[in-house]
Amino acid sequence: MSTAEATADWRLPSPRKVGMACLILTESALFTIFVVAYLFYIGKSLAGPLPSEVLEFPWLGSIALIGSSGTIMVAERFLHSKNHRGFLLWWGITVALGVYFIYFTGAEWHHLIYEKNITISTNVFGTTFYSLVGLHASHVLVGLLLLAVVFVASLRGKIPSDHTEHVEMISWYWHFVDAIWLVVLTVVYIISVRAS
Amino acid sequence: MAEATTNPQDEFVAPAPEPVGRESGSLTRIIQELVFTVDHKKLGLMYIGSGLFFFVVAGCMAALIRAQLFFPSNDFLEPDVFNRFFTMHGTAMVFLVGMPIIFGFANYLIPLMIGARDMAFPRLNAFGFWVFLFSGILLYFSYLGAPGLYAAGSAPDVGWFAYSPLTARAFSRGTSTDYWTLSLLLGGIGSISTAINILVTVFCYRCKGMLLGRMPLFVWMFVVVAFLVVIALPPLSACQIMLLLDRYLGAKFFDTQAGGSAVLWQHFFWIFGHPEVYILILPGFAIASEVIPVFSRKPIFGYPVMVAASVMIAFISLGVWAHHMFTVGMTSLGNTFFAISTMLVAIPTGIKIFNWLGTMYGGKLRFDLPMMFCIGFLFQFLIAGLTGVMLAVAPFDWQLSDSYFVVAHFHYVLIGALLYAIFAGIYYWYPKAFGRMPSARLGHWHFWLFTVGFHLTFFPQHISGFLGMPRRIFTYEADRGWEIWNQISTVGVLFQIPGILFFVVNLLYSYFKGPKSGDDPWDAWTLEWATTSPPPEYNFAELPEVKSRRPLWDLKHPEDPDWKFE
Repeated sequence: MSTAEATADWRLPSPRKVGMACLILTESALFTIFVVAYLFYIGKSLAGPLPSEVLEFPWLGSIALIGSSGTIMVAERFLHSKNHRGFLLWWGITVALGVYFIYFTGAEWHHLIYEKNITISTNVFGTTFYSLVGLHASHVLVGLLLLAVVFVASLRGKIPSDHTEHVEMISWYWHFVDAIWLVVLTVVYIISVRAS
Repeated sequence: MAEATTNPQDEFVAPAPEPVGRESGSLTRIIQELVFTVDHKKLGLMYIGSGLFFFVVAGCMAALIRAQLFFPSNDFLEPDVFNRFFTMHGTAMVFLVGMPIIFGFANYLIPLMIGARDMAFPRLNAFGFWVFLFSGILLYFSYLGAPGLYAAGSAPDVGWFAYSPLTARAFSRGTSTDYWTLSLLLGGIGSISTAINILVTVFCYRCKGMLLGRMPLFVWMFVVVAFLVVIALPPLSACQIMLLLDRYLGAKFFDTQAGGSAVLWQHFFWIFGHPEVYILILPGFAIASEVIPVFSRKPIFGYPVMVAASVMIAFISLGVWAHHMFTVGMTSLGNTFFAISTMLVAIPTGIKIFNWLGTMYGGKLRFDLPMMFCIGFLFQFLIAGLTGVMLAVAPFDWQLSDSYFVVAHFHYVLIGALLYAIFAGIYYWYPKAFGRMPSARLGHWHFWLFTVGFHLTFFPQHISGFLGMPRRIFTYEADRGWEIWNQISTVGVLFQIPGILFFVVNLLYSYFKGPKSGDDPWDAWTLEWATTSPPPEYNFAELPEVKSRRPLWDLKHPEDPDWKFE
């Protein structure tokens, strides 16, 4: 690590990437607490309904959200190869899949609240379910907002090359939201449904 | 991740356009500058200034608490007023005094020390400050706003860690607890954004040659602090969200009658709360690690070990939280684990103390104000650490948990160590920020009055704790044998107050009348002393290039530079 080597080629990581990585780290810490709370409270409800009685595995929503991680990668590839129309198409599909996921969660909650009569104040399961899934859904909404801003902006013209990293950061965030969904899916729809 | 340009900070060079129609120096102009500024130095001073303001407010509350405890069966304060006072005192000292002051130091010094022109995200920086200030005002506004809707309660009165079920709707009527919750939630957002800003600044904006292994220890320790904030503050935010859901949507997180758990609040709070202690004390270490070498005329002893010890402290601190909960009744495996992990902290901390001593050993010590406060820091932190190890022994803790012994312990940490380091830091960098030397005479008065007062106040609390006096009681019977210790404790306040007055007068007086300091009054070695005092808005006319850990030494001693030996 001699001095000459170090200064001749002085490169530091991109601030956007480090910043986004830190944001993802701090959000992960937030989710960890809610996931731990959910796991801790499995089987502690004094009154029903229980997860196994009301929850159905969210196939369509999950496929949409996890699939959107793939479509956003395709969109990014088009962005890097400067194919604007391809980017617009696949970015648009990503937005649509995200919107569908939110619609799906909304429909699920409507079903749970009005037909299964379970709300956040019904029992400990309701409390932890709505807070964990709701926290995730609120993150999806934020991600969707960011995706939509990029989509509207790119409808009006090409994304300038010095903004590709901004777009890349939004996709990092979107991947993070998807990864969290895998955790939520496992904890809520598999572990807790089997345990009760 | 290596696509940044060689000089990523060019964008900050452009001077801000002059606001028109206002004369410089007028009050409106000054306020306008404070509100609009994104300069890390101004924001840093604003952080420290508002932190000191809240310090005086929360300190007055402590003085009134001590006045109430002077006589047994005293009725100077009503019990409910007393409860609000200790809650607001604790909450304010941690979130509105400790956090902003350490962030103030980080803001002011980190860009200067690593040879950058500003923080990575200047506007986010301003956002963090204003969010913090608003959260402080919100907390204190509870005195006026909280009685409102339900005609019950005033300021928060549930203690600074707000154990459930005290915070449940049934036991905390009105909105006082919600002021506490929202204030901490907001403050958390500000702290996390500032911490991310610190990390990005350090990783992405170091000047040429400033390798991680050449950064001043101050910067290193703030990297560790920022990581801890990023990881440990979200659990606090999660707690507050859960509490809000419980109180307003009828959720059952902490509702034991519906299967919820009050103990879970304690776990989640202390998962935040214990790392928070290290978030507060590591900046004290950071300041001591800069001051002690300069005033011993020796480079820091064991630089890499100091870095490793800081990282170790942070790592261990994430796994010790339940030592706050020995009396809750955990399994003996849990007790053993948390007792051992807590005692492990003593190893890296001991390493640090010996390294500071090693730095002083054989050095040409200069007993200027910053060094005096650092020596106070060393002694008092040692006492705080020893009582900490005592409390880590679970059976000992069963006897003394929630007694005045604990109060004495953490006041030795937060005042005896952190506040002394902050005083050292303020006296050390005052000439850099204002271009004038603080008065040594006033500073000596400050040091001796405050040190005598501090020990008079807090040492006897160890003893009243041994004698069984619980913390947070608003009064006590005369026949308990606690009287004399409480009276000595309160008399100590009469020394602390004039001590603080000398400090405040010193800051104001020296700003106008202090002798000019020049750029480098202490003959120091880090980059902040390479620029003018006060530094210009862009910090360095030309971004420096660094070849060793002591770049200014290299400049001053070209015949014997450090980089030859690194």
